[in-house]
Amino acid sequence: MKLENIHKVLVLGSGALKIGEAGEFDYSGSQALKALREEGIETVLINPNIATVQTSEGVADHIYFLPVTPYFVERLIAKERPDGILLSFGGQTALNCGVALYRSGVLDKYGVQVLGTPVETIINTEDRELFVRQLDQIDVKTIKSEACETIDEARRAAAELGYPVIIRAAYALGGLGSGFCDNEQELNVIAEKAFSFSPQVLVEKSLKGWKEIEYEVVRDRYDNCITVCNMENFDPLGIHTGESIVIAPSQTLTNSEYHKLRALAIRIIRHLGIVGECNVQYAFDPESEDYRVIEVNARLSRSSALASKATGYPLAFVAAKLGLGYGLFELTNSVTKSTSAFFEPALDYVVCKIPRWDLGKFRGVNHELGSSMKSVGEVMAIGRTFEDALQKGLRMIGQGMHGFTENKALHVDDLDAALKAPTDKRIFAIAQAMYEGYSVDRIHELTKIDRWFLQRLEHIIRIDAELKQIPALEALSHDLLLRAKQLGFSDFQIARAVGLGRSMTMDQAVLKMRDYRKSLGILPVVKQIDTLAGEFPAQTNYLYLTYSGIQNDVAYTGDRQSIIVLGSGAYRIGSSVEFDWCGVQALHTIRNNGFRSVMINYNPETVSTDYDVCDRLYFDELTFERVMDIIELENPHGVIVSTGGQIPNNLAMKLDGQHVPILGTTAKSIDNAEDRDKFSAMLDRIGVDQPEWSALTSMDDVETFVNRVGYPVLVRPSYVLSGAAMNVCSNAEHLHQFLELAATVSQEHPVVISKFMTNTKEVEMDAVARNGEIIAYAISEHVEFAGVHSGDATIMFPAQKLYVETVRRIKRISGQIARELNISGPFNIQYLARENEIKVIECNLRASRSFPFVSKVLKINLIDIATRVMLGLPVEKPHKSLFDFDYVGVKASQFSFNRLQDADPILGVDMASTGEVGCLGEDANCALLKAMLSVGMRIPEKNILFAIGGPKQRGHLLDTIKRLVARGYTIYATGGTSDFLNGLGVPNIRVYKNEHIDENGQLKQPIVADLMHHKQIDLFVGIPVDTLAEPVHDSYYRMRRTAVDLNIPLITNARLAEAFINAFLDVPVDTLAIQAWDEYK
Amino acid sequence: MKKATLRLSDGTTFEGRSFGADVPVSGEVVFNTAMMGYPESLTDPSYAGQILTLTYPLVGNYGVPDCSLLPNGLARFMESERIHARALICSEYSGEYSHWNGRETLADWLLREDVPGITGIDTRALTMLLREQGVMLGSIEIEDCPPPPQPQYEDINFVEQVSCREVIRYNEGAPKKVILVDCGVKHNIIRCLINRGVEVIRVPWDYDFNTIPADGLFLSNGPGNPNTCSVTVNFIATWLREHKTIFGICMGNQLLAKAAGATIYKLPYGHRSHNQPVRMVGTDQCFITSQNHGYAVDASTLPHDWQPLFVNMNDGSNEGIRHVSEPWFSAQFHPEACSGPVDTEFLFDDFVKLLYR
Repeated sequence: MKLENIHKVLVLGSGALKIGEAGEFDYSGSQALKALREEGIETVLINPNIATVQTSEGVADHIYFLPVTPYFVERLIAKERPDGILLSFGGQTALNCGVALYRSGVLDKYGVQVLGTPVETIINTEDRELFVRQLDQIDVKTIKSEACETIDEARRAAAELGYPVIIRAAYALGGLGSGFCDNEQELNVIAEKAFSFSPQVLVEKSLKGWKEIEYEVVRDRYDNCITVCNMENFDPLGIHTGESIVIAPSQTLTNSEYHKLRALAIRIIRHLGIVGECNVQYAFDPESEDYRVIEVNARLSRSSALASKATGYPLAFVAAKLGLGYGLFELTNSVTKSTSAFFEPALDYVVCKIPRWDLGKFRGVNHELGSSMKSVGEVMAIGRTFEDALQKGLRMIGQGMHGFTENKALHVDDLDAALKAPTDKRIFAIAQAMYEGYSVDRIHELTKIDRWFLQRLEHIIRIDAELKQIPALEALSHDLLLRAKQLGFSDFQIARAVGLGRSMTMDQAVLKMRDYRKSLGILPVVKQIDTLAGEFPAQTNYLYLTYSGIQNDVAYTGDRQSIIVLGSGAYRIGSSVEFDWCGVQALHTIRNNGFRSVMINYNPETVSTDYDVCDRLYFDELTFERVMDIIELENPHGVIVSTGGQIPNNLAMKLDGQHVPILGTTAKSIDNAEDRDKFSAMLDRIGVDQPEWSALTSMDDVETFVNRVGYPVLVRPSYVLSGAAMNVCSNAEHLHQFLELAATVSQEHPVVISKFMTNTKEVEMDAVARNGEIIAYAISEHVEFAGVHSGDATIMFPAQKLYVETVRRIKRISGQIARELNISGPFNIQYLARENEIKVIECNLRASRSFPFVSKVLKINLIDIATRVMLGLPVEKPHKSLFDFDYVGVKASQFSFNRLQDADPILGVDMASTGEVGCLGEDANCALLKAMLSVGMRIPEKNILFAIGGPKQRGHLLDTIKRLVARGYTIYATGGTSDFLNGLGVPNIRVYKNEHIDENGQLKQPIVADLMHHKQIDLFVGIPVDTLAEPVHDSYYRMRRTAVDLNIPLITNARLAEAFINAFLDVPVDTLAIQAWDEYK
Repeated sequence: MKKATLRLSDGTTFEGRSFGADVPVSGEVVFNTAMMGYPESLTDPSYAGQILTLTYPLVGNYGVPDCSLLPNGLARFMESERIHARALICSEYSGEYSHWNGRETLADWLLREDVPGITGIDTRALTMLLREQGVMLGSIEIEDCPPPPQPQYEDINFVEQVSCREVIRYNEGAPKKVILVDCGVKHNIIRCLINRGVEVIRVPWDYDFNTIPADGLFLSNGPGNPNTCSVTVNFIATWLREHKTIFGICMGNQLLAKAAGATIYKLPYGHRSHNQPVRMVGTDQCFITSQNHGYAVDASTLPHDWQPLFVNMNDGSNEGIRHVSEPWFSAQFHPEACSGPVDTEFLFDDFVKLLYR
């Protein structure tokens, strides 16, 4: 039964997306809010992540774009006075914040009841020592370390634990002095080394090569328990589960093993007293039934989001209801709608999750995978064979791979090393090894990946080899082709394997393959995910496609009432939750206007892949092949390609080639904006200014052009050899290197080079047009000058410091472009503005990253308008006054450099941020301060370190530094900066980047690293001379990196530093208004 | 692999490939939604006469463990001495396996036991058909093999075929003695009892156990139509004249209900899975159970001194009964699991406690 005294509930969100805490919490929070609202409970949400679905109108009653920190949450509680609070739907951020509020007595003070799992239980799972003690009480084995102070003690501990063991030096960062020992001789050597680093060593049982298995467990307050799903990591223990390929359900466990771990999970959740959901992670011996519990997460997690999507069981929704006091038996299965929520899903398919890394985006980052997470997103693939799910997944991660085979060779020289030390590319190293004749056993020895998985991979290679034997397409038999399709081969892979690409382009080959396959009657079928493996009739619209079947689960009426929205795929740097928001908004509008809303997407972290938000969800690939398969089944009224970012945008031309009805702006127009040569020529034609450019077909022309305009230049090749599609080159060497390695320059493939402008303002226009006429728009301004990627920039909306004339010109030019391209739908144009001189740098005929931000600040849903335009529905132009309001929104970027060992935390033309926040304030300072605090910036108490490269930037920050001094801050400065300040009489303490011995043989003090280690620096403003230059691991890099590693706030851009410092000097934090979104009028 | 065809009694056919023994067979076609546990399921005597369809597509991944018996005659890892299902149907048989406890491939085992297996079937389509039409008879035709026999199920006494032939004693000399009526008992039931320190006297289904002095009676699971076991029901009725403990599982639940005077009926497509939710009647306690049955007790026909003990939370069917005052109870599901969740194993504790009452 529901608790009676709960009428108003506060939900803590997770803030900006970061590595380790991403879109999954938008999904879980949205589900929790839905569950609360269904009960008639008034909901309050705090989450500065403005791009999320949960912070959209109608999801919560009161939405606060404020930092999820104890300080702000306490002020919010004092204002809103909720009866209850949910801590477990906003990741570690919300959990930590909740524990802090509990410990400081704030929750008690305001009589706020923690719903669901009690805080004591959370503490018992978070504190390692308490956790081990709790599980000891019920005889459940955990991973324990024995602390030893002598070699003798270490030997004894190792003998008790049983070899192999791992030795670690205590208190040593980065694994110094650790190692594996198989026997006492090895221990003697390694322990001695470890003792040289530390007086204490930790001896642990080595679980190297053990399987990693997870269970998602649910318990209600009546002590009823279920396990919703188990999952098995493809990669053995040692790689963070967020970095592993994960399979659900487990594939290599027997009944006895599965149920042993299941029963343990239930015993644990009961003993800990969790009410709601938790995740139990095990290490499991591959040679016996021995196990260790790795950890328990007493909250919704990435795994629980994955489990929800993998099974169709809405874990977060159910957990929220259980928090309100319901029993599982009182809730219904939301898929069948007729059976109880107290059940365990039976899958009749296999699910494969693959992480998406973007390590290539970071300078200097270490690619090796280990116990900390580096991936920025993930995909989930569903199939009825493991091979199918895996190959689908490898295509979904969107890094140019076509599956497990038939990729452009990614050649590794030292294969053994690549197999042994896992990196983001290991799966392809396995493919190479198999081609080179490595046996399953040998690969198993090197990787410890279970032989079953390797056998399945070898199966793919075998079929590929069979395909390669086919002399001509006509010789490809029905049986072999069907088998290949069942094992997840795409038409592209098969076409390439049988050699079709030799006589035609691959695009043509794929179409030929498709025709041939259809002529043999080999078509995919659509299956439902129904939680009960077909045992009960289900109303489910949650679908995937497979070739392992003869019959569709759903009937297609051909009524042409479907509108297909193409989703945004895996979260990656540059495309993330904001496109999920766009997709979900489009679905709402479609549904509300009587059409059947259909989503295709495969990202388990999203709301758009929640089967509740649309009429049909195809959890499947966004490849041309699969999208065409679905279009041929659905016979849609139209397809929307403009709300899912670049993936659907890139499909537009190919779909158009197959006469697919694309809604809104035509594919041809999209191409005219995407193709740099065509676009620049068009701007010239209509008399719109742009940075000087030229399409060049020879290296000589390139030289001549660059000599004229000067460096830096922006290079956009029309034919890309490797990943980097465009690049900024700041000198001749860099330019030549890029053009040789990454692109070809030829008559056929001209390269577009334009002058890259710095020291210029960047302005964004987000807008919606209908038949070339702008209906609604938002003009925002970057705080940083051009040179910082627009995805990393801090953005103010409405623009605060633009001339009226500039704004007028931007509107006029945007109108010209909209007309010329006959835009119908969302678009975004980026401008450079210096004085009143306006230049266009880019135009995207799709929703941009900033659409949710500007829509929410404006309180005009641009996607709703755009969708109505695309559906051909009447749209009223919003009244002019709506574009004029008395508050400011600031969008700030979240970086995850602390997760990316060795990466240089510097901003440049490649985007590096993993997330963003957007906050509102009565003026720019207030909004900026809230936004910066939301992305982890802290207001310095006393000491600020400046290391500013170049006189220009020093001059720029001079007034700001003077203000700090006047306010009593102590300024530390490195050599040049210190000299500069001294010359102007600004007091500062000179610090040394390195250890220097002066002429008297004395060590010069203080040294930056020491200050940082002793927590004496509250803020580090480290401005590089030139962010476009090639990265060097110099002393400046080391200072930046040390600051990140020690969690010291770091700002690397002079204009942002100025804005932030002035904001906190002007606005005391306690004067920041605690105001809900709807209170800004 | 040879082509193999499953032909259902309504004329529907499904084409696949034979990966086990090339032996044409026929029987009642049923489906199980469990995601693992094929060695246990295949050796479960309750599947006698049935063609087992697994809805989970990947089968064979961890091979088959050692099939040998322990000195006490119980299987080391399996649920009986041999495969009882007539045939196995799956979507994607994995020809290679990987497990420390595996001794052979599933295909090799099926071959050794003369049991056919078909892979490449759209088991989801088949399952949905059985769900809509109810279980059907079917037969498996294999390329270049003689036609399969005419399928039969309903009227055959499968219990007779799978029950032991003579009395077998386990854990002799233990303080409490339990008679186990073997209608096709799974070995894990015997393990669950002897692990709790009781002597198990396993008797054939038609043996008059009332002649053996004992502290309690256990009624096992078993295959087929419970109405074929009226002999057993009569013996149970005799036992009910005294006040000694009874515990029944699956068919045992149905036989006890019949002995009490209730009637049973055939479910449209049965319950065969590891995820069946049951609720203990009159409480907020719910359990996930392993099930394998095609018949159910009609709870409305229970006499007034009997009550439903558990109810299925999906379809409301009866999942167990108990007497209001006597120590007699039974479960329709499988507390001994194997395969499946072990959450209700406490019922064995309850039973043993009653023996000491």
